[in-house]
Amino acid sequence: MIKEDFFIDYSRCIGCEACVQACGECDTHRGVSMIHLETIERRDSVQTAPQICMHCEDPICAQVCPADAIKKTPDGVVQSSLKPRCIGCSNCVMSCPFGVPKYQIDIDQMMKCDMCYDRTSVDKKPMCATVCPSGALTFTTMQEIQRTRQGVPVNEWKFGAEVVHTKVYVMVPPEVARVDIGLIQIQTTAAALPSDPYDVALMLEN
Amino acid sequence: MNRGNRMNNIDKREFARARGSDTARATTWGLLATVALIGGIFIGSRGLRDFDPALVSYAGATLFAAFGLAYRFSMWLRRPPTRLYWYRGWQIFTTPGNLGKNVAHLFQIFMSNFVFQRFIERRSHMRWTAHWFLAWGCLLAGAITFPLSFGWIHFETAKSSQEIYRAFLFGIPVGHFPVHSVIAELAFNALDIAAVMVLIGVFTALWRRGRDHGAMAVQQFADDLMPLILLFAICVTGLFLTASTHLMHGLHYAFLSQLHAITVIVTLVYLPFGKFFHIFQRPAQLGVDFYKRAGKEGEQALCIRCGSEYASRMQMDDLKQVQAALHIHYQLENGSHYQDVCPKCRRKNLALTQDSMWKALQVKGEGS
Repeated sequence: MIKEDFFIDYSRCIGCEACVQACGECDTHRGVSMIHLETIERRDSVQTAPQICMHCEDPICAQVCPADAIKKTPDGVVQSSLKPRCIGCSNCVMSCPFGVPKYQIDIDQMMKCDMCYDRTSVDKKPMCATVCPSGALTFTTMQEIQRTRQGVPVNEWKFGAEVVHTKVYVMVPPEVARVDIGLIQIQTTAAALPSDPYDVALMLEN
Repeated sequence: MNRGNRMNNIDKREFARARGSDTARATTWGLLATVALIGGIFIGSRGLRDFDPALVSYAGATLFAAFGLAYRFSMWLRRPPTRLYWYRGWQIFTTPGNLGKNVAHLFQIFMSNFVFQRFIERRSHMRWTAHWFLAWGCLLAGAITFPLSFGWIHFETAKSSQEIYRAFLFGIPVGHFPVHSVIAELAFNALDIAAVMVLIGVFTALWRRGRDHGAMAVQQFADDLMPLILLFAICVTGLFLTASTHLMHGLHYAFLSQLHAITVIVTLVYLPFGKFFHIFQRPAQLGVDFYKRAGKEGEQALCIRCGSEYASRMQMDDLKQVQAALHIHYQLENGSHYQDVCPKCRRKNLALTQDSMWKALQVKGEGS
């Protein structure tokens, strides 16, 4: 079996939302899309970015879970919370460094991207990567990604003093070995601008 | 620092001591629960006068289960997030002035979450059907068998008439009924009714697990199928006893009763360690409900990036405490804390960080 990995390249996203639609087709969370698609600054830019679960080696969401409801499979995939255990506290939602878990208020349970476990556990590609037309989400071999991309895949992140290793790789410029996260504030955030009740961009963003 | 490095930096002997003290504490709670139950059996059965020796194996397995449950519950409460929620839940619930309102709300969510299990119904009707029958079938069976095997309840034929059956609770007569009556039929067959309820749940659950592709992808034999197999075994062997009595003139009754006892004992031993532990863990959901209500009514946390409200200030402050206890270091270099960034801004920030790295490379290229 050829080992394939997940690679995310935010800069390639064109905001088509194919991933959002395809995600809801996954059997493990049928009808509910788990992927996030962010518009970075809708007033000034068309930039968008997808966010899937990065499947941390030592998931912080699982560490802060009071019900011990978040488990990782032997192949390194962090699953949605266990239904019998999850008590809906949202600690995982608030602690995930990548902002991934979603609290489903109607069923009082946290759900998240599980890398389409019904598919990847039988050597199929995740839904989002299957439909992504721009290669922002790619599920392929390490050799193939290195052959076809300018950047290099990295799976080490630093949030403050916290270093996180993930199963999913992000594409970064060559010679970058780790993604150090600082807080990047761009000029025109919702809070910085005067409120405008007819601001369609802001309405869409919220 | 990742977890491995962190562990290198922590005094390992201190960690081992903490772990050891957790185990000692949990063992103490386990022993206390066992002793308390032995005391309860002794007192409740009036010095074992009402204790039925034929049921001693059930009582013994229950004592083991009591030890295991108290042990595991104590270990579970030692986890920093669990411990904090446990204290906060009680603190909020018992706040003077709010106690009456909280008791009323507790009754409301108890009915919704426990009695009717509405949150499971919203997940799927089939899941709800399976769970509701399993839960109430097991609770009905437990409500009968535990007090019976402890000698807390027992039945006797009235001295005045063979046609009258008398019920005793802790040795105190609590009622009587004719042997040939609807009440008698219900009382004598309550465990059969419970078994049928559980079997409806087991078959519905197996049907769902055999057809739902999502469930099939993530289910595990030990966690998801084993409990159903155990419940099935208990119900079927229990119903065999009724069949043996009423349909086969007691054929193989002694063997069947031993077989039934074995299935129950194995399940009781499994109780603290497998999926059934959620029965004891799940009430934490009620505490979280109070926590969330208090959080909504209190101060809200504002994201340091976008300025919008995204969670309760209480939860964010508590999470920082939990993270400190878990050696998760989210303090940023500029003195701010990553916990104060809302999840939406975290996601945006990741894409912008990648951008900035490519831009830095571009600037470097232009400069050289």
